[in-house]
Amino acid sequence: MSQSYNRGLIEDFSRWREFEAGMWAWIFHKFTGWVLIGYLFTHIAVLSTGIPAAGASEAAIMAGEDVYTQTIVSLESLLLVRLLEVGLLAVAVFHMLNGTRLLLVDLGVGLESQNKSFYASLILTGAITVASVPTFIAGAF
Amino acid sequence: MAERYSSFQSGGRMWLLQRITAAFLLVVLAFHFFLLHFVHHADEVSFLASSARMENLSYYSLMILFLVTATFHGVNGVYNALVNQGLTGTKRTVIKWTLVAASTVLIVQGVRTANAWAGIGLY
Repeated sequence: MSQSYNRGLIEDFSRWREFEAGMWAWIFHKFTGWVLIGYLFTHIAVLSTGIPAAGASEAAIMAGEDVYTQTIVSLESLLLVRLLEVGLLAVAVFHMLNGTRLLLVDLGVGLESQNKSFYASLILTGAITVASVPTFIAGAF
Repeated sequence: MAERYSSFQSGGRMWLLQRITAAFLLVVLAFHFFLLHFVHHADEVSFLASSARMENLSYYSLMILFLVTATFHGVNGVYNALVNQGLTGTKRTVIKWTLVAASTVLIVQGVRTANAWAGIGLY
């Protein structure tokens, strides 16, 4: 019979001091998941300015004066937006790395070292995020 | 053979779909970030450039599949999170269909945008 590990009620956040690595991984995965789906709706809403832009004259499109280009260019010129994009990258990278960890555990790989792979996910997320900052900020100033 | 831990429970078709879409999204999301932030840059975005990419049928198809799988994975994830929090009964049914409606709107709007870029008349 497969054994289940009694972790207590993780939804009871007042117990956070007792949480172990795997429980933090679970919370971070949920949190980053909520952020990503929220962003997906926002992303499509912003990109939808491409619909009216398609009706602009060829001259306006060639000159980048259509509503889509103008919307994206003005958003990307804001430092706050660039910083939020770095945050989005961090959130996405963690969700991807921890998601890989979860897929591997479901395939029978790495359950015994699941706490170590969580810490590795965190460190790698930090490294990839920091390394990407110059590219993400380029042209914002 | 000793049984090993898995979060799988029999009859979990949605469970399997969540994982299949996860594996797909790992690759495509990495590609998406790499292409649009490292190959091209955020301050170079234009309708013309987005249009040129989307006119390529392989890219268009990949982005449509990306939209559908990301929507499914995200919305199903939200639903699972709410069920884990104890969502049951009528509330659960109402939220389920609200999420289905929101997903439909998102996918329709995403496809319309992709069509506008690709020069497909239907948008």
